[in-house]
Amino acid sequence: MTPIAPGTSGLAADAPALAGSLVQSVDWLAIAPPTIAAVAALVCLVADLFLPEHRKPLLGSLAIGGLALAALSLLPLLDGDRSTFCLTSDAEVCSYTADSFALVIQFLVLGGALLTALLSISNIADLKLPAGEFWFLLLSSASGAALLPASRDLATLVIALEVASLPAFALVGLRRGDRLSSEAALKFFLSSVTATAVMLLGVSFVYAATGSLHLSRIAEGLGHVDPRLDTLAQAGVVLTLVGFAFKTAAVPFHFWVPDTYVGAPVPVAAYLSVIGKAVGFSGLILVTVLAFPSYADVWGPVVAVLAALTMTAGNAAALRQRPERPFSAVRLLAWSSVAQAGYLLVPIAAAGYGDSDREISHAVGSTVAYALMYAAVNLGAFAVAALVARSRPGNRLTDYRGLYATRPAAALALGFFLLCLAGLPPGIIGLFAKVAVFSAAVDAGLGWLAVVMAVNVVIALYYYLQWTAALFRTPADAPADAPLGETALPRTAGAPLTAAIGLAAVLGIALSGAPQLVLRFASGTLL
Amino acid sequence: MNHTALQVLLLALVVLPLLGSVAALLPAPPGLRGRGPEQAVLRHGVTVTGAVLAVAIALTAGFDHDRPARMQAQTDVSWIPALDIRIHLGVDGVSLPLLVLTALLTFLCALYGYFNPPAGGSPKAFVSLLLLLEGGTLASFAVLDLMLFFLAFEMVLIPMYFLIHRWGGAERERAAWRFILYTLLGSVVMLLGLLLVGLKGGTFDMVALASDNGSGLSHTTQLIAALAIITGLAVKAPMWPLHSWLPDAHTAAPTVGSVLLAGVLLKMGTYGLVRIVLPMTPDGAHTYAPYLAAFAVIGILYGSLACLALARSGAKGDLKRLIAYSSVGHMGFVLLGIATLTPTGVNGALFANIAHGLITGLLFFLVGALKDRTGTTDLDQLSGSSGAALYGRAPRLGGLLAFGAVASLGLPGLAGFWGEMLAMFGAFEPAEGLSRPAFLTFMALAGFGTLLTAAYMLIVVRRVCMGDHPAEPGQHPAEPGARPALADVRGHEAAAWSPLVALTVLTGLWPAALLGLSDPAVQQLLAGGK
Repeated sequence: MTPIAPGTSGLAADAPALAGSLVQSVDWLAIAPPTIAAVAALVCLVADLFLPEHRKPLLGSLAIGGLALAALSLLPLLDGDRSTFCLTSDAEVCSYTADSFALVIQFLVLGGALLTALLSISNIADLKLPAGEFWFLLLSSASGAALLPASRDLATLVIALEVASLPAFALVGLRRGDRLSSEAALKFFLSSVTATAVMLLGVSFVYAATGSLHLSRIAEGLGHVDPRLDTLAQAGVVLTLVGFAFKTAAVPFHFWVPDTYVGAPVPVAAYLSVIGKAVGFSGLILVTVLAFPSYADVWGPVVAVLAALTMTAGNAAALRQRPERPFSAVRLLAWSSVAQAGYLLVPIAAAGYGDSDREISHAVGSTVAYALMYAAVNLGAFAVAALVARSRPGNRLTDYRGLYATRPAAALALGFFLLCLAGLPPGIIGLFAKVAVFSAAVDAGLGWLAVVMAVNVVIALYYYLQWTAALFRTPADAPADAPLGETALPRTAGAPLTAAIGLAAVLGIALSGAPQLVLRFASGTLL
Repeated sequence: MNHTALQVLLLALVVLPLLGSVAALLPAPPGLRGRGPEQAVLRHGVTVTGAVLAVAIALTAGFDHDRPARMQAQTDVSWIPALDIRIHLGVDGVSLPLLVLTALLTFLCALYGYFNPPAGGSPKAFVSLLLLLEGGTLASFAVLDLMLFFLAFEMVLIPMYFLIHRWGGAERERAAWRFILYTLLGSVVMLLGLLLVGLKGGTFDMVALASDNGSGLSHTTQLIAALAIITGLAVKAPMWPLHSWLPDAHTAAPTVGSVLLAGVLLKMGTYGLVRIVLPMTPDGAHTYAPYLAAFAVIGILYGSLACLALARSGAKGDLKRLIAYSSVGHMGFVLLGIATLTPTGVNGALFANIAHGLITGLLFFLVGALKDRTGTTDLDQLSGSSGAALYGRAPRLGGLLAFGAVASLGLPGLAGFWGEMLAMFGAFEPAEGLSRPAFLTFMALAGFGTLLTAAYMLIVVRRVCMGDHPAEPGQHPAEPGARPALADVRGHEAAAWSPLVALTVLTGLWPAALLGLSDPAVQQLLAGGK
């Protein structure tokens, strides 16, 4: 720890004038979560050079330890908001703020990365992935994702977004010599880069219109834009949203999702589906609610339409999945995650229609609550998919038929996760998270969006239920569908994978028993 | 009995089966191992359901019968403050009989299952699911929060799905899938209506919403919400044309599943209509009442005609399917009673609810026993050329079946009579603002439906109970010796069925016992909880 006190404004006043005008104070405690993750990433990369081959599994423990430490470093921050990297001229304008919103999302990101890491351990061994690179990439992406929710200026946001994304491209393409994997990575990379370019254009427009990159200053600046620059500002607002919409995989930036998820190793797909989305929607919330409140009449309807299109497109495609097609399970999860992204966007759209701070914070909280639920159960579902993929590399939906007969615990867990995603008891938390989102839409007067969402929930029921029911069917006959070259991998689950499934299940069950644990964000003040 | 004791009893009623359900999955503790793990877990089922029944009876005894309109034994604690969802339980004259019926039928099913372990999966899972089903059903009759009602409503579907899916007969996978798909889609639509009521009305509390009597909801909101809720509940009830999952589910379900499905699960739909739609969205109920009544009457006629077609000789009619269709008809009377929006009609509906639970439960038990003995429920196979001659081959079984049939057709003096008569009586003079000529037509058609019901029930009795006695083989040149002797009613069967018979007679002779409970509560619900 450096001796710099948290009271940055006081420090700036006391410091010598010259240093005070140039050097920003740093609150190391506040930035600990992303920093620890980044340091752990570097440690993994360096340690990889010095560890002999048979000791490589140590890297996994190292990464998990680093992520756990980063998550624990959130604890001392709980007592109040902290800001750092503030302007020396104006201590109110900061680039990094650890408020409750940032902390919740950081918890989500680090916890999600931790679960992903547990998932990955057996996968790295099975697929012979390069361990050092894998852990380095995963941890650096996680540190970027953890930085993003605390960023309070557009430059930091863009950097955080790219730090979170760039390692993800490499992670997707990590399966050496796999055509599907490299194709997936390329697709992901090209569409992501396009989105980033468009977003940077938007950011530059906004900067041109307001003269600042800090979110709070932009909010002030956009309040009284020169009428001649109004069109520029509006275009800037919409274009900036594009980059985040891409990360959340909102329509029309969703085409990369199924191919990328299928091509990537299953844990990476799980990571993208949860942390990738968390990055997208938290960035979206930050720019819309903090930077562009005065243009709510522009982005509100845009996000609402995006939400409606996203959930509809995701569900329609998920419904059309043929169960006997290779990788149909991951493909279905991919499309369902697109649909879920649509639900996540609904409260953000509602925030655009909110009149009071309380309504806006209620809406934002609903998204956060939903995202927490979604993170736990979606990672759980992917964990079971990873488990099944070990003995059935084809990962078809038909491979899940009769799973209960061979692996009762995994089948029950997957059934529970799917019902949570569908929003049906016993997945009580899924139901109430949807109710919170739904009520945000109704409160904001977005009746039509609520109806679209309702129709979508009903559509989604069909495929979630069909999958759940298949788990308990009588098993199909001998697995005659294993193509050549697919060797049956060990059938034992392995401790880390079991731990990941168990952790997700325990989280889901605990939340179902006490939904208030996450739903309190929906009624509290986050931003 | 004081308030706290009642509170504890009602809580125990909901929680006991759920705990029992979990406990059934654990290995039996030493001292309770019995003759083997299977026997131990089946006995566990009987013990828990017996305890639940005892609690239900104690609750009835402690219930203040002088003020059945008042919510009693209320527990009200906050669960999810963020969404203002509370764990609110209570019992009044409308829900008390249904709670007792549920506890009774489940106990009888557990008892029957103890002596007749169902073929299929492990008894452990069976008992666990049975208890989960009981817990969910009791909860849905006891909760007073819209979201909890939905949760309980849904919680019931899963065990029922597995009961049909694992222990069912032919075509069970398809039937189970159809059951879960229909009822889930229905209940999601219902959820939307409930959310609309809750969010616009400002609370999910059923008592508060009922006493508001729709004053907090605009006319349009009421119409939309009532449409959604009625649709969802009508799938469950089931109302024609949303009934088509029912015959398949009943045909495929094991005996115990059929008994609980007909006896208890269907009641959740009509209970929801009385508890939620009538008081909370009175405008909506008023607008849709004629349509509801029309569908109800079509259901009555359709059910009876379908039964007549199944009962014909040579139609390969399945006895279970026939009783399922007769349920569609009987539930039509219940819906008709509710649609009149009068105290008379709604009381009749609630009475018919209970009566149908008792009688149809008994009928499914009897048909199940018949299937155990003969291996088939196909009417043509059973009756052969001249009739199954149950009177001669198993006189007590035959007598009970005839009793069930005449109770079902609404013989005065038995339970089936009062509910249907009151429902039609309500239709004779429907609530103010409803078209009287239309309801008179409905009443006439419903009356015609009772005639059809009598016709097919008597055909069934003739074909199953009567016929040539097998002891005189000379009269069967076509199938000599094709009739093995049938075991008559066994001890455990008598134990499982006699409460149903006794209650059918008792409620038939003394309807005031039930009507006295429900009437004040119904008056209050219709008047808006004042």
